[in-house]
Amino acid sequence: MAGERRTAGFFEHAGLRARLRLRLRGIVQGVGFRPFVHRLAHELDLLGWVRNDAGGVTLEVQGADAALAVFAERLRRDAPAAARIDAVETETLAPEADAAGFTILASEAGGANQAVIGPDLCVCPGCLAELCDPANRRYRYAFINCTDCGPRYTIAARLPYDRAHTSMASFTQCPACLAEYTDPFNRRFHAEPNACPVCGPQLTLLDASGQAIAGDPIAETLARIRRGEIVGLKGLGGFHLACDARNAAAVAELRRRKDREEKPLAIMVANRASLAGLAELGLEEATELESRARPIVLLRKLPGADAALPGVAPDLAWLGVMLPYTPLHYLLYHESVGRSPSASWLNEAQPLALVMTSANPHGEPLVTDNAEALTGLQGIADAYLLHDRGILIRTDDSVLRRQPGSGSPQFIRRARGFTPTAILLSRSGPPVLALGGFFKNALCFTRDEEAFLSQHIGDLDRVANCRALEAAVEHLQGLLQVQPQAVAHDLHPDFFSTQLALRLAERWQVPAIGVQHHHAHIAAVLAEHRIAEPVLGLALDGVGLGTDGTAWGGELLRVEGAGFERLGHLRPIGLPGGDRAAREPWRMGAAGLDLLGRGDEIATRFSAEPGAAQLAQMLARGVPQTTSIGRWFDAAAGLLGVQARMSFEGQAAMRLEGLAEAYGELRLNEALHVLSAQPSGLMLDLAPLLLDLLNEPDTGRGAALFHAALIQALVEWVGAAAESSGIRTVACAGGCFLNAILARGLRRGLAERGLQMLEARAAPPGDGGLALGQAWVVRQQIR
Amino acid sequence: LSHGSGGRAMAQLIRELFVRHFDNDYLRAQNDGACFPLPAGAGRMVMATDSHVVSPLFFPGGDIGCLSVHGTVNDVAMTGGQPLYLAAGFILEEGFPLADLQRIVISMAAAAKEAGVPIVTGDTKVVEQGKGDGVFITTTGVGVVAPGIELAPQRIRPGDKLLVSGYLGDHGVAIMSLRENLSFETAIESDTAALHGLVAAMLDAVPGIRSLRDPTRGGLAAVLNEFAEAAGCGMLIHEKAIPVRGAVAAACELLGLDPLYVANEGKLVAVCPAEDAERLLAVMRAHPQGRDAAIIGEAIVDANGFVQMETVFGGRRMVDWLSGEQLPRIC
Ligand SMILES: [Fe+3]
Ligand SMILES: [Mg+2]
Ligand SMILES: [Zn+2]
Ligand SMILES: [Zn+2]
Repeated sequence: MAGERRTAGFFEHAGLRARLRLRLRGIVQGVGFRPFVHRLAHELDLLGWVRNDAGGVTLEVQGADAALAVFAERLRRDAPAAARIDAVETETLAPEADAAGFTILASEAGGANQAVIGPDLCVCPGCLAELCDPANRRYRYAFINCTDCGPRYTIAARLPYDRAHTSMASFTQCPACLAEYTDPFNRRFHAEPNACPVCGPQLTLLDASGQAIAGDPIAETLARIRRGEIVGLKGLGGFHLACDARNAAAVAELRRRKDREEKPLAIMVANRASLAGLAELGLEEATELESRARPIVLLRKLPGADAALPGVAPDLAWLGVMLPYTPLHYLLYHESVGRSPSASWLNEAQPLALVMTSANPHGEPLVTDNAEALTGLQGIADAYLLHDRGILIRTDDSVLRRQPGSGSPQFIRRARGFTPTAILLSRSGPPVLALGGFFKNALCFTRDEEAFLSQHIGDLDRVANCRALEAAVEHLQGLLQVQPQAVAHDLHPDFFSTQLALRLAERWQVPAIGVQHHHAHIAAVLAEHRIAEPVLGLALDGVGLGTDGTAWGGELLRVEGAGFERLGHLRPIGLPGGDRAAREPWRMGAAGLDLLGRGDEIATRFSAEPGAAQLAQMLARGVPQTTSIGRWFDAAAGLLGVQARMSFEGQAAMRLEGLAEAYGELRLNEALHVLSAQPSGLMLDLAPLLLDLLNEPDTGRGAALFHAALIQALVEWVGAAAESSGIRTVACAGGCFLNAILARGLRRGLAERGLQMLEARAAPPGDGGLALGQAWVVRQQIR
Repeated sequence: LSHGSGGRAMAQLIRELFVRHFDNDYLRAQNDGACFPLPAGAGRMVMATDSHVVSPLFFPGGDIGCLSVHGTVNDVAMTGGQPLYLAAGFILEEGFPLADLQRIVISMAAAAKEAGVPIVTGDTKVVEQGKGDGVFITTTGVGVVAPGIELAPQRIRPGDKLLVSGYLGDHGVAIMSLRENLSFETAIESDTAALHGLVAAMLDAVPGIRSLRDPTRGGLAAVLNEFAEAAGCGMLIHEKAIPVRGAVAAACELLGLDPLYVANEGKLVAVCPAEDAERLLAVMRAHPQGRDAAIIGEAIVDANGFVQMETVFGGRRMVDWLSGEQLPRIC
């Protein structure tokens, strides 16, 4: 790592010289870094100065060798929590005879833009205490923040990160705020969104028709939620729709108004104590839940959860939970405890549980704008809690989950609290742009050794998401000041992301390079783990276009840098009706029967489906085939009768997982798969497993059997490839790794065979991480 | 049929099959080409050509013969022209049954007669077995465009209305169902038909029509994307306004097809200024070929030039241009 090397150099010098100039890169602006340096220098009796510039922070310190050494050490160790130092460049200077004191100099503009704006952070303990303190001038002020907390990425238009370049530009600080802002010893020194009730943003509560509602907005909002109403809440990166999660009628009404969707809804509770009886909370989960990024964390439901939270996450093993993160959220809970003057409520169980679902009607981007909310959420929200601080960049809540035994959490969606934090690559290289896939799209820019994976953008079948992708490219490019030397895209010609890639490449006169979908999935894992040597890549995924023009998705690859070789694949199974088959597991069940040579049973087994006989006919005549393992999951769900049709992506596999989890571990008597050498590679055939499922009357047992046999089959398949190739590292990626049973089983199985398993940690294992892999591949192709 | 059978055999085929059924003075003159007068006062001439390959050759509602007449007649009609004459070129595969060829020629002759557009010249070649797919037919049509008629997608402006002349997807679904050997409760027939009569009525009522297109291969989606690109604006259609027969929708669902992308052979898409839309719709509905016409959307201001559909659930879906067949996308 370049940064580490430079640091080592700095330590050497620190013991020898008396004046040093340090240039720090990373997240060092807007996080209280200069006051921190200022305090540290004062404490150690060092002379010099510190300032922000386009590269990050530059400082000079002069003093005794020993003090300089301590300074160097504490610079990293005691840096503000919101800061992240990626690199330190050190220069030794001659001591200045007239040096006196330590000062914070004005920011220097110009030069190459290397600085990065930090992610949005939850309200800090200091601000939270002030928020609930009746004596504080910011008592119950929903926009309290300091350099340790608050909005950043979502309010920034461009660099450098100064108030003038944020949506706070229109608010002029009052004398009291300005005094804090200009005092290096205050924790609000250069807190760009600094504000108070006198000078800052204000809340307004509007009714469904857009008329202002009199009274205290917080008290009124809570009262309405308690009455069962649905309120649109303006948050950090967009609007939420909130209602009482314990009110069955309110939840059902929310679902009805959002088009009866069956997707699980996330909830917010006051603190971890409030989860008692609802969800299992391990130490690791608690850490994530309480982290400053405040993601939605998927927790295993407890038996009473569905009764306590009716309709919130039916039929699933997991419950999405987050803790309050904005002062506004805390004010709702503060109100719910009668504005208790004692701080103890913060850690005590509170009954108020809120459904907090993204206000993204019809799968369109999250609503961010007040006017947009009043039109876009019409017919859904009964009231709107608005404010006048603009959201400049739409950013959804992040979703992640701890995986026992894996050592770190897994992203399901990476957005608020994490973007734009860079993922560090193993080395520097030319800047590239990767535009990702079709579903769960996110894009990725690289700059030197950093990869900037954008926030989750959404599915590109929606017009507004396509626009959001274009806007995100422009915005991130502006923030990073890079000119990509290549544009990466998926091999699928009809993705909007592919078409946009071709257009941008043409405009910039740089190559547009297609990267195979599953190669990119594996490459994303290699990128974050900084692996250069050849690995086995196990891609367990939905459909992605293969280099042979067919639909891949259960692939065993040998990946080395920019290239890959297909070592094996799942046995192809019919995809009757293309994308329809991916939404209707009964069709895949029928395809399974056809594959078993029992197509004549399709019409009777799926007699509830009007098209069953015709589908059997189609299958008999031949339909396009896929090696996607996602479709084998669907086939199992279809044959077990778990789910005939899905209302959201992955629903059948998630229910299958839930059933298997509820059933518990199952011991296999025999292998239910066949490995065979084919001209196209080592083929894994799961037909014997499907055959067993045909005669399984207990869906729970069937689901458990499917998982157990699949894991054994995959382990042997990968094991065989490891034997023949001599490669011991297995990079695993693809949407199926969101299945906790599968991931856990593979972790154990591969470890037992002495194989090292690498998983996606810095980015989602599914299509949300695709752009990172595409960027990594293409950067090596053009080098 | 046998390959290379020049001379007498071919002459006999032409005389006994083509000349007999297409029968008109131009063919009877037995020249290498046809000479014909132009109508007095015609504005400009229009010429269009289209090669027809379809499998299977015979399908519910038609066959390659009538299709090859309708296809070119419609291409001429979409320029706003009145089609006058057709030329037909046949490429036949050796061994193709004469009875089938006869059926096709009779169907062509009937279609030409019904359309009032004679086939005035033609050519026939036979290729070796395996080098063709039964029959390929290329037809070329000439016609005239009346003065003042100026159809071009570049003339489309935001606010203009989009109309279709009837139910979408019939032809493509009829063909696909036959290929897949699927039967449905209600038989789905190809909509193959000549549209120049309808077009004449439409232009008569609304000479300011901006553009006309027949949504054949690539369906409505391809036409709207062509419009959007040429006009530099967006297109917005409303799912609930788009006429699709229940049986076609059901078949599309089964086959995993989107009716917006399925071929039609007897439908047109028209764009006209908003103030003329209702009048145009009334005229279309009064014509047998436009009975089920509908206003389906409008051209809109959109910097991206996106073609978008407001779905029945709300929200806007992209209706983008496909590079080829509908490939699976779901990951
Ligand atoms: Fe994928
Ligand atoms: Mg044509
Ligand atoms: Zn704070
Ligand atoms: Zn103030």
